[in-house]
Amino acid sequence: MQPSDWLQLAVYVVTLAAITKPMGLYLMQVLDAGGRTWLDPVLKPLERLTYRLMGVRPDGEQDWRRYTGSMLLFSLVGLLFTYAILRLQHLLPLNPQGFGPVSPDLAFNTAVSFTTNTNWQSYSGESTMSYLSQMVALAFHNFVSAATGIAIAAALVRGIARHSTKLLGNFWVDLVRITYYLLLPICLVFAVILVSQGMIQNFRPYTKASLVEPMKISVEKKNDKGATIKSPDGKTVMEEQTVTEQVIPQGPMASQVAIKMLGTNGGGYVNANAAHPFENPTPLSNFLQMLSIFAIGSGLTWYLGRMTKNQAHGWSVWAAMMALFLGGVLLCWWAEAAGNPIHHQLGAAVADGNMEGKEVRFGIFNSALFATVTTDASCGAVNAMHDSFTALGGFVPLFNMQLGEIIIGGVGAGLYGMLVFVVLAVFIAGLMVGRTPEYLGKKIQSYEVKMAMLALLVLCFTLLGFAAWASVSAWGLAGRNNEGPHGLSEILYAFSSAVGNNGSAFAGLSANTPWYNTTLGIAMLFGRFLMIVPIMAMAGSLAQKKLVPASAGTFPVSGVTFIVLLLGTVLLIGALNFLPVLTLGPVVEHFLTAQGKLF
Amino acid sequence: MTHKPPSLFDWNIVGPAIVDSFRKLDPRLMIKNPVMFVTQIGALLTTVAIFTATAERGFITHLAIWLWFTVLFANFAEAVAEGRGKAQAQALRRTRVKTTAHRIGSGGRTEDVNANDLRKGDIVVVRAGEVVPADGDVIEGAATVDESAITGESAPVIRESGGDRSAVTGGTRVLSDEIRVRVTINPGEGFLDRMISLVEGAKRQKTPNEIALTILLSALTLIFLLVCVTLKPFGIYSNAAFSVPVLIALLVCLIPTTIGGLLSAIGIAGMDRLLQHNVLAMSGRAVEAAGDVDVLLLDKTGTITLGNRQATEFIPAPGVSEKELADAAQLASLADETPEGRSVVVLAKKFGIRERQIHELPLAQFVKFTAQTRMSGVNVNGTQYRKGAADAIRGFVKTPVPAAVEDSVQKVSRAGGTPLLVATRDRVLGLIHLKDIVKGGLRERFKRLRTMGIKTIMITGDNPLTATAIAAEAGVDDFLAEAKPEDKLALIRREQSGGRMIAMIGDGTNDAPALAQADVGVAMNTGTQAAKEAGNMVDLDSNPTKLIEVIEIGKQLLITRGSLTTFSIANDVAKYFAIIPAMLMGTFPAIAPLNVMALHSPTSAILSAVIFNALIIVALIPLALRGVKFNPIGAVAILQRNLLIYGAGGVVIPFVGIKLIDMLLTALNLV
Amino acid sequence: MKTFLSEIRSAVMVTLTLAAVCCGLYPLVVFGVSQLFFRDKANGSLITDAKGAVRGSRLIGQPFSADKYFHPRPSAAGNGYDGASSGGSNLGPTSQKLNDAVKDRIAQYRKENGLSESEPVPADAVTASGSGLDPHISPRNAELQTPRVAKARGVSEDKLRELIRENTDNPDLGFLGESGVNVLRLNLALDQPSGN
Repeated sequence: MQPSDWLQLAVYVVTLAAITKPMGLYLMQVLDAGGRTWLDPVLKPLERLTYRLMGVRPDGEQDWRRYTGSMLLFSLVGLLFTYAILRLQHLLPLNPQGFGPVSPDLAFNTAVSFTTNTNWQSYSGESTMSYLSQMVALAFHNFVSAATGIAIAAALVRGIARHSTKLLGNFWVDLVRITYYLLLPICLVFAVILVSQGMIQNFRPYTKASLVEPMKISVEKKNDKGATIKSPDGKTVMEEQTVTEQVIPQGPMASQVAIKMLGTNGGGYVNANAAHPFENPTPLSNFLQMLSIFAIGSGLTWYLGRMTKNQAHGWSVWAAMMALFLGGVLLCWWAEAAGNPIHHQLGAAVADGNMEGKEVRFGIFNSALFATVTTDASCGAVNAMHDSFTALGGFVPLFNMQLGEIIIGGVGAGLYGMLVFVVLAVFIAGLMVGRTPEYLGKKIQSYEVKMAMLALLVLCFTLLGFAAWASVSAWGLAGRNNEGPHGLSEILYAFSSAVGNNGSAFAGLSANTPWYNTTLGIAMLFGRFLMIVPIMAMAGSLAQKKLVPASAGTFPVSGVTFIVLLLGTVLLIGALNFLPVLTLGPVVEHFLTAQGKLF
Repeated sequence: MTHKPPSLFDWNIVGPAIVDSFRKLDPRLMIKNPVMFVTQIGALLTTVAIFTATAERGFITHLAIWLWFTVLFANFAEAVAEGRGKAQAQALRRTRVKTTAHRIGSGGRTEDVNANDLRKGDIVVVRAGEVVPADGDVIEGAATVDESAITGESAPVIRESGGDRSAVTGGTRVLSDEIRVRVTINPGEGFLDRMISLVEGAKRQKTPNEIALTILLSALTLIFLLVCVTLKPFGIYSNAAFSVPVLIALLVCLIPTTIGGLLSAIGIAGMDRLLQHNVLAMSGRAVEAAGDVDVLLLDKTGTITLGNRQATEFIPAPGVSEKELADAAQLASLADETPEGRSVVVLAKKFGIRERQIHELPLAQFVKFTAQTRMSGVNVNGTQYRKGAADAIRGFVKTPVPAAVEDSVQKVSRAGGTPLLVATRDRVLGLIHLKDIVKGGLRERFKRLRTMGIKTIMITGDNPLTATAIAAEAGVDDFLAEAKPEDKLALIRREQSGGRMIAMIGDGTNDAPALAQADVGVAMNTGTQAAKEAGNMVDLDSNPTKLIEVIEIGKQLLITRGSLTTFSIANDVAKYFAIIPAMLMGTFPAIAPLNVMALHSPTSAILSAVIFNALIIVALIPLALRGVKFNPIGAVAILQRNLLIYGAGGVVIPFVGIKLIDMLLTALNLV
Repeated sequence: MKTFLSEIRSAVMVTLTLAAVCCGLYPLVVFGVSQLFFRDKANGSLITDAKGAVRGSRLIGQPFSADKYFHPRPSAAGNGYDGASSGGSNLGPTSQKLNDAVKDRIAQYRKENGLSESEPVPADAVTASGSGLDPHISPRNAELQTPRVAKARGVSEDKLRELIRENTDNPDLGFLGESGVNVLRLNLALDQPSGN
């Protein structure tokens, strides 16, 4: 925990705070059907053309049922679109490697994964997906699933800000405007900056480089039919081979990585994701990627404040998020810097911390920061392997996801997730001021409480239910890469990631099996849509309420007291449910590591 | 009569409550409270486990006993609250002695029937010395009625047909004369009956906030149920076989049993507190709504000011001494029996003028106030003393009214007072300043309301000038002057359309629409039946400022619920640290540092947490019944205070409590 | 029904339109701009030798095991530094397998570089990176290898240290990230005529 690391942390937080208001101001324009931006000359004609093609009247607003209905229908069409391309990729163009159709369970899992903004990848892209599948079937959702999340958050904020109305905006308009005015322009600039740092953007075939020093490796000897040969004593026969070439991947990476980060998708272009030197070439590209993960989510808190005419509330929500963020960063950073005592015992330098699965250019601090950021948001990109983190270092990303990714969170999803906790905090503590709880002038009654708790129940039931099942079933146990408590963490992490629509993994888990693909797919669907529906119902109900004017007796939703209250609610209502099982995973592992226990 | 709250440990209440705690174990009753129902099932399963378990029977038995205690304690809390309510209601019910009614049957003949057989619309005759058999309206005659049984007020009141004083309440006693009363309610539907069934819990329906809270608590219970169920397979993975009783112990500790067990007691106690203030509420919803009130409508007369204007000052004309004026004013008022007139006599005494009795002046000729002359006074020794409105006196006096006096008239009017001129035929002596007297202590109470965020609006028939002055003096936020009944209704509607909740108090029939429209409408017991039916509360004392207490009780009810919910949820942290390490110690001894309380053994840790969980319910019963203290210090300050006490306290207290219980268990060798 | 059909039309049309814009137009624009301004980087920062053959990428690590080269970090990508299958070991802190591997690597590192049994070994030298393609090693790791390489090549350690300095990527903007020695670039520099 060097002084320079503290400086980096400070610069990150200050920069994030600095872009929050400009982003919020821009969001005000984007999320208003009649809003104006300086991109109008270029994009307005495109926007109008799109509406004409869709047959949508941009001024017609929808109530919560219609809005949610449109969103669900659009997601369904997108899901089928992707599923069809994956299943039919052998018949479609742009498949030079001649990949066959993606298996039904993997196609389901992948289509769900990208539709839900999760980007969980059970497959290895290089050996499964054709160029068309990558570029169209998958990349499409990087934009629209992000836009969908932002649209839902905007609808909820409108529900809070408006009163005595049923209308929450028009989903189609929000979708199109967010994609055109927000995501595309930023990505365009961001992608070029990433290329300037060394990220690739081309359409070349993979390059073959001749190694400077050819490498001798020992591999299993195979017969003509490709089967391994066993010696008479039953051991596998090995043979020496010399590797002279290195395959260097190519492709249109920067354009995909920009939206992968900005839209908190996180699906890697290559397997190693943001740890790969192409996908995250420099500490500067790393810094910008981390900033872009939080950029829109952070701006949305400002949008919340402006829309509800209570900027202090927006900033208070932001501050609560930042407090949780800093707590996570400090714990993860401390744990990784402290390193693994088992390896120290063997002679690894204590001062270097835990470098397994980390890149030298990022070091301990930027790996811990990235891990926290990516799981605070529902991004899921990784610049270090979380599976190889220390017990407590790995506890942080896991915990972040289980809280529901409400710390800035996935674009849109983070805000609407956090607002569920705001509603609960206001309800529980609101009674303590001696009035029916009010949130920004709206009475929080049984309907809102019901919907908020329903959203939490979905999260909790799906996560714990599937994880418990997997932890005692043959299919669940078979996927593990580690034994003991760490194996449980792997299973738990997978379902936390799926339900939270994060997409990162304790990547040792081999999840490309029909069982995992199906259960994780269902978990992702539930975690996304079964959360959104009750939240939209809540938005609809809030929008219809009368506005109670503020008075000295009104519950305060800003300031230190509120922030502390919100944090308490998040930790007590959101986290307590997972502490028992977390104890069996990372917490026990922490104590076992200290004792040098191996599995 | 004030209904003193019974002591918390009154055996007349505690005894039956203990019996009731067992009676309430009926699952059909328990299922209404999901949190405690789950606890009961857990207790049942643990009891079964005593017999099926192969090891640790003693521990499981202990566990089962304490789980049953948890359920019983919660039932006990509810039973005690109900018992106290019943005791209050019983006191009221005693007024309901069996009475015989003289019903006027068909053909006009009276027949004697049991009061309980009276129906709405029946007409009964009540004679002097008899008890009014049911609530109703006087339709013929007038009588003095002793209402002390209901209100505790010993002075008899007049009840007469027509007008705003026609309502009589069942159980009150007619002292003189004979009245005919039309019964307005069926048996068992009277206000008192409704209130009794409310506090007894028979007809208790959950209030909106209670429903929302129950949803929250049920959902939390469901979540923790899942947490504990899934812990079984997770345990299998970890080679830690968690036994069912231990998982149940964890479950019961994590689900919000504290608030779950006390929730209905809090609600009943809220109703009970209202009753102690002699207010009958129609529903729990009304009490809760009182806590939400944003605007308070108060009639000026009788509420903000004493019923009538009073003389406060003598302003003599030039060349007249104050004493001379006082003397004349008193003479002119001797025959004036109105409160205003009496106040002049009283004020004059302060100038050393003794009150003369009428018989001392046998030759005096008293002139009564008439609508034509608008003056009253006396002719004594040939001098005509008069007092009256300025223009009336101007016509009476032969000389012009001095300019200085005219100035004073203007000044008094501007200040919201009423100037009465005192004169003889020859000259104007000066004027009396009649003023509305604002009741003492109101300014502070309105300030208190303001800090709670409640706006007060005064309703008055006075002109705006007078209203402004009185409003300023009383410290209300706003006023409605020259108000007609329909203006009142319009004002309520206007405020409600702005999202505000309105409370008002009223008595007359013309108040009924407004009482019905207001969110909290408190009718005075002396008011008409129509007013009582329209409102949702009745103040037995007919004290207009009671509304303020009602609001505070409503707020206190909500605060108590919120605080105990917060406390209950915050408790989970310590219980988690007690039970989880205990559950894992066998399989993973390395986890010992997590046992931050250094509890003696796994079994003592689990047992201590369960015992704490049970005892905290009992410990909080007094708080639930009394209510969390309410200070009107503004929402932010209240929140900070309660968050500190019940939030932070809720985290810390169980750490201490569980550790103490663990030490005690260890010392007693119970584990 | 009519509204439902029109909703389906909207959903299908917006899917096709946005796919065309976001998956067609957008990557092509980025491609065009990148190729125009950052041609070398956009194509993989490739290193070619005098004959024009590609020897690697400045950003991607390569395996080295000879004494005359600086050794990169252990790699879990395929059989080691396999550009087509990037990734880490994903072994957790209590993994026996990882424990054994680290133990072996420490022993080997100490042996190769003549370190004493008590000398702590740089963590990056005995742990696999996340990508398996980490181009860097820590400066201390490079320093500890310097005597071995100097001996194998017969050049002065100071000369090597100068080359290490030249091929070290320092923190961006002076404070972002960690210093790392680019092993491939360093080893290529060693092989240059001037490096001998």
